[in-house]
Amino acid sequence: MTGIEGTKHTSRLLKSGAKVVAGVTPNKGGQSVDFDGTSVPVFNSVAEAMAATGANVSVIFVPPKFAKAAVMEAISAKIELCVVITEGIPVHDSVIFVNQALNSGITRLIGPNCPGVISPGESNAGIIPADITKKGRIGLVSKSGTLTYQMMYELRDIGFSTAVGIGGDPIIGTTHIDCLKAFEEDPETDAIVMIGEIGGDAEERAAVFIKDNVTKPVVGYVAGFTAPEGKTMGHAGAIVSGSAGTAQAKQDALEAVGVKVGKTPSQTAELMRQIMKNLK
Amino acid sequence: MDLYEFQAKQLFAKHGVKTQVGEVVTTPATAQAAAEKFGGLVVVKAQVKVGGRGKAGGVKLAKTPQEAAERASDILKLNIKGHQVRQVLVTPAEDIAKEFYVSFLLDRSNRTFLAMASVEGGVEIEEVAATNPDALAKIPISASTGVTKEVAFKIAQAAKFPSEIQNQVVEMLQAMWKVFVAEDATLVEVNPLVLTPSGQVVALDGKVSLDDNAAFRQADHAALVDKSIEDPLEAAAKEKDLNYVKLTGEVGIIGNGAGLVMSTLDVVAYAGEEFGGMKPANFLDIGGGASAEVMANGLNIILSDPAVRSVFVNVFGGITACDAVANGIVQAVDLLTKQGKSISVPLVVRLDGNNAEAGRKILSDAAISGIHMAKTMDEGARLVAQLAAGK
Repeated sequence: MTGIEGTKHTSRLLKSGAKVVAGVTPNKGGQSVDFDGTSVPVFNSVAEAMAATGANVSVIFVPPKFAKAAVMEAISAKIELCVVITEGIPVHDSVIFVNQALNSGITRLIGPNCPGVISPGESNAGIIPADITKKGRIGLVSKSGTLTYQMMYELRDIGFSTAVGIGGDPIIGTTHIDCLKAFEEDPETDAIVMIGEIGGDAEERAAVFIKDNVTKPVVGYVAGFTAPEGKTMGHAGAIVSGSAGTAQAKQDALEAVGVKVGKTPSQTAELMRQIMKNLK
Repeated sequence: MDLYEFQAKQLFAKHGVKTQVGEVVTTPATAQAAAEKFGGLVVVKAQVKVGGRGKAGGVKLAKTPQEAAERASDILKLNIKGHQVRQVLVTPAEDIAKEFYVSFLLDRSNRTFLAMASVEGGVEIEEVAATNPDALAKIPISASTGVTKEVAFKIAQAAKFPSEIQNQVVEMLQAMWKVFVAEDATLVEVNPLVLTPSGQVVALDGKVSLDDNAAFRQADHAALVDKSIEDPLEAAAKEKDLNYVKLTGEVGIIGNGAGLVMSTLDVVAYAGEEFGGMKPANFLDIGGGASAEVMANGLNIILSDPAVRSVFVNVFGGITACDAVANGIVQAVDLLTKQGKSISVPLVVRLDGNNAEAGRKILSDAAISGIHMAKTMDEGARLVAQLAAGK
């Protein structure tokens, strides 16, 4: 919270109504940072910050080099939710902290390389702009940050219960399936938008999950139909390897289980608009 | 980053994986010299980052140095699946009694590392997985424990390696794991792993992929990049820290966020179908906080692509403020004009989100000729495709 990114985003979080109660920067404990009259104390560790303030969510902006240590510390402090915004973390580090979180039985990890999670009008943990849309009854899960914003913008008149940007890295703490399950169980969510992109088989596995476990309507969108084989498209995880991980395979898998898949973001939004209309 | 076989083998040697490193050469004469040095039967192998080299005629035995020169000459003329052969690896030939398969890789689905091993090596492992899945052992590896002797034995036993060579296989697996961890690899594969008639277990071929995100702690990896096969525009973009991928179409694309840019490519390609098949010319993600400099660098790269006939700037301001993007475009046009590079193709700009109205106003006030504003992503895509088609 004392660095450039941390300060910028703490300020944004506070403005969006999130209760930011503490910052953590090693060796800067005891200081405090002023955000337009709100003084936020700084601690040396997540454990200290939790003990002093009762914080239960940690949003991590630490650079790649130090991210693993920061996440491991948050997990060992038994934080309930840890959102890792940082892009560019070596995957050998991510595998270790993602599994540490999974095995902890306590910490839910979102990311890395993600924009975080927002419930408009309720809470915000990450960097998703709070002013795109209002509270509504659509749930959204996406690998991409800007496509999350784009979709929230397209459906801004209807609003969202929760939007989760799960991140564009090959190894992430919270998957499409985790979010689909949460939305299925969430009484405030009526329908789900699922946004995927090339690389891996998360969307295909999500399709299998939807078939057996999701009763709420799901609309899908997949980015990367024009991506060439073997090239990483911005996100570390966005790569078509041979015939695996193509957008077409993902679309086919989703459509095979009855998910309507939009060709463009606007068409996807239109599909959701129709569903919401029919639900009324 | 995928490595060449000879680079993989150099890393193998560094970490104690038994292999013949050989010598990599670029001419028949140097191939002959290498063969002379090794003496006896040698193998000449095309160095390309693609599978199926053997079937394409890229791997040949040579009995004499003269023959090695001839084989190298043939192989250096080959183009294997679009990859021109520019260098060959010359190694002493191993006699082979049996061929096996072993690898460590990143298992995205199970969010862990995975060991794969089979006594049916020397063929494409995808083929074994499809036709005889029981012959391919898959053992998840805990990142925190790694490949201990016990774990390595478990892998060797699961794949049913002959008991008399299990100790050697275990050693091989542990050394390969060392490569995997120490080099921040996402794949370390040996296919075939061979048993020689004298009972030695040796890595005859090697495939290694490295994690680009680990570059900050792998100073040696920069030297492994083969600049000669890089696209010149991609190389120039990399110098400027831009996330750029060259594609084959006519419409230059600039956007923010990998997902939105990928989506923009698709939407432009769909819109382009109506205008004689206009396609995206590139992927370029300028990320958050698009400064004038980043915008200028990006535009500069895109405009130096002779195939580009129009450019689409598609930005949804989340953290990025659209007024900053608009200022970036205006200053970029200024900068490029001062450098004597005129903006010769039309620019379509779509701004939404954070400070979008202010951004649009900046651009309309600047009244730069050739800049068109679009209200939506779809409208912008259609317009830019139309402009690219000259309609």
